[in-house]
Amino acid sequence: MKAPSPFAAPTTTAELVAAICSARDERRVVELRGAGTKAGMGDPRRERAIIDLRGFAGIIDYEPRELVLTAGAGTPLAEIERLLAANGQMLAFEPTGGTIGGVVAAGTSGPRRPFAGGVRDHVLGIEGVSGRGEAFKAGGRVVKNVTGYDIARLMTGSWGRLAAITSVSIKVLPKPRAEATLLIENLEDRAGLVLMARAAGSSAEITGAAHAPSVGTLLRLEGFGPSVAARADMLLALCADGGEPHLIEGEDSPALWREVRVASGLPADLPLWRVTGPATAASRLTEGLAGAMWIYDWAGALVWIAAPEDIDVRAAPSAAGGQASLVRASEDMRARIPALHPEPTATAALRARIKAGFDPAGILDPDRFAARR
Amino acid sequence: MSGMTVSMPTPDAVTIARRAEIAAALRAIVPGEGVVEGEDGRRAFASDGLTAYATSPLAVVLPRRTSEVAAVLSYCHAQGIRVVPRGAGTSLSGGALPLADGVLVGLSRMSAILDIDYDNRVAVVQPGVTNLAITQAVEGRGFYYAPDPSSQIACTVGGNVAENSGGVHCLKYGLTTNNALGVELVMMDGEIVRLGGKALESSDHDMLSVVIGSEGLLGVVTEVTVRILPRPMTARALLLGFGSVDDAGRCVGAVIGAGVIPAGMEMMDRPAIHAAEAFVGVGYPMDAEALLIVEVDGVVAECQHLSVEIGEMAKACGATSIRASADEAERLAFWAGRKAAFPAMSRIAPDYYCMDGTIPRGALPEVLARIAALSDEHGLAVANVFHAGDGNLHPLILYDANRDGEVERAEAFGADILKLCVEVGGVLTGEHGVGVEKRDLMGTMFTDIDLAHQQRVKCAFDPDLLMNPGKVFPTLHRCAELGRVHVHGGRTAFPELPRF
Repeated sequence: MKAPSPFAAPTTTAELVAAICSARDERRVVELRGAGTKAGMGDPRRERAIIDLRGFAGIIDYEPRELVLTAGAGTPLAEIERLLAANGQMLAFEPTGGTIGGVVAAGTSGPRRPFAGGVRDHVLGIEGVSGRGEAFKAGGRVVKNVTGYDIARLMTGSWGRLAAITSVSIKVLPKPRAEATLLIENLEDRAGLVLMARAAGSSAEITGAAHAPSVGTLLRLEGFGPSVAARADMLLALCADGGEPHLIEGEDSPALWREVRVASGLPADLPLWRVTGPATAASRLTEGLAGAMWIYDWAGALVWIAAPEDIDVRAAPSAAGGQASLVRASEDMRARIPALHPEPTATAALRARIKAGFDPAGILDPDRFAARR
Repeated sequence: MSGMTVSMPTPDAVTIARRAEIAAALRAIVPGEGVVEGEDGRRAFASDGLTAYATSPLAVVLPRRTSEVAAVLSYCHAQGIRVVPRGAGTSLSGGALPLADGVLVGLSRMSAILDIDYDNRVAVVQPGVTNLAITQAVEGRGFYYAPDPSSQIACTVGGNVAENSGGVHCLKYGLTTNNALGVELVMMDGEIVRLGGKALESSDHDMLSVVIGSEGLLGVVTEVTVRILPRPMTARALLLGFGSVDDAGRCVGAVIGAGVIPAGMEMMDRPAIHAAEAFVGVGYPMDAEALLIVEVDGVVAECQHLSVEIGEMAKACGATSIRASADEAERLAFWAGRKAAFPAMSRIAPDYYCMDGTIPRGALPEVLARIAALSDEHGLAVANVFHAGDGNLHPLILYDANRDGEVERAEAFGADILKLCVEVGGVLTGEHGVGVEKRDLMGTMFTDIDLAHQQRVKCAFDPDLLMNPGKVFPTLHRCAELGRVHVHGGRTAFPELPRF
């Protein structure tokens, strides 16, 4: 197993341009890396050199009343979250990750995603350097913006394969003043999914809906105190036919959702899949998976599945119009199974043409998720 | 109103000479009334909402299903014929302006709602369905489609996708890009792709996002999957009058600074208030220099709490009048004037030119002061309507096209306003799109390298540049050339030549 060799750690755009240009000239494949929290995803045996982007750190512009924050891509997520919290604001999409650039490049959103939007819904603009070695910008610092193609949002989920992001402008929102979670115990999966759907379709305005078979069904309410209380009553009326509801308030509520965000409670020694699909397909996605454990989030539109290596987790989402990403696995499994879900030929061809526009020499980690062998 | 020209790709005379043959080929694909070839019929499609520009298309085709769209585009591609897609033609930036040698593909006959899925809370619709029709289809079950542009009674969801349309409530509920989960797209060569669907997101780079807001340049959208939301239990509107734009602006900042995101927050200046009141007569405060209309929605407890809190903040910012709607009828009445603001302008001037730009909210007092100065400079009156919540500004320039040179002065005034938006850190267009109207200003926001990266996305979808050329981008290199364009210091050779 080859350890990736450090290639460059630029701190200015000029240095980054030089690094990418020399990689391009030497036909050297590079992996763009922030804190590397998701380095465990993708083919581990691909040969590549690392370009470390943590040098692009620092808050560039933050005006709470404008609801926009602009920061270097290498800025630690924790630093941004602390700054926002100190100003009564938050990243509504509850990301996981080490740097804000990595958060955008990986595009993974947390429990509030179906209700407040995901990473892509909060990205307003980026600056970066493409695989051509050219510095460019896209988008802006305002929400209402239809000036040219939305390339900033295109970067969401690009995993460093289109461009190296050097700065991000992101929409921020007020942190809710109060929070409570209704925990309903002893519901079977199907009943939990039905309850979550009912809650999401009601006027209770929930901002979280998860079901962890060992814990229960969780419904989150956020907002102003009197509003949260009134809506909790509405939800209680919805749970009238089954399960035992408890209202969780204070610090215990956010603590629960922090665990949902990282799917804690699933065995750490099994491969981990992140499966998205229509919420109505949720129970089909976990059917017949011997030896597997799972957690539903996004009212069923997201399922974290920890399953033994020999289980085919992708079959059900393929049939249901969903996708399964392999998030954590042994090196051997990661080498055999591409991390991202296969897609139809026409879509894949379009995707390849878009990539070729940004990275004609194919140096930005083209094989990380390549379908193989 | 007529007479304005904007430089567009030179029409191909050979194609125009083949009109009858091309119309016959289109009729073989879309029979019956699906092809418009006669001069009068074609002229009806010559303009969209930007009526200053008019060009009759080569022919009009009105397909009814995806397979017909694919066959039309495939034929045009094989023949090297340009295509311009059109929804309802309500674009205010010339997005649906035809080409004399181009086939206009109108999507109005693809107006079916294909699937309403309450369990997944999505609707799947054809592109010719109007924005309001989606809400009407689901309101019986207590749902609605959130983006609500003021033209929603007429504009189509396909057009909404093209322009990433918003509306008053986009402040809280997002734009089209935040509410559309998937599209089916026919590309210029006839290939059909599906991007997204009923699932909330995909795990790879987000191609759906780049199609939304692409102004009909990347393909023809033939199906859209949108989120539908449960209707809020109730809504209340507050009418807040202020003695100055500064005070109103401070109130906006205070509301957001207090952690309140209203469902909608609109501002009108004095000329707009007076025009609207004369038109609809709902009782706007005539002594106010600026009017804020703020809406809150949700459960009753939430609305009551927020109404009180916002009212107190307004008072602290020097509001001269505060009214809260007592019932639904009054809430709608408060909005009636704002919704009628644009047509209300026709009472005070024969013509008006609606601008669209976005600025950081805090820059509003400065920008309005400079717009007032520009108004003196160009000798034309202006009224301002402002999506205060998100900084999207609509200055309405008033003029008389029959007076010599006023059209040109209105355009020059508009261009100065847009440059001002960019200067203070904003953008050229918040929701109306670049179209032809703002095309030649793209260089104020983007370098040639920025634009080249954008054009390569276009080349991935439409390498022959047959889909809607002449819109959005001022210079279009042939895709094969793009790789060889040498850019030194962000400048290309001969930047002043418009190239299509």
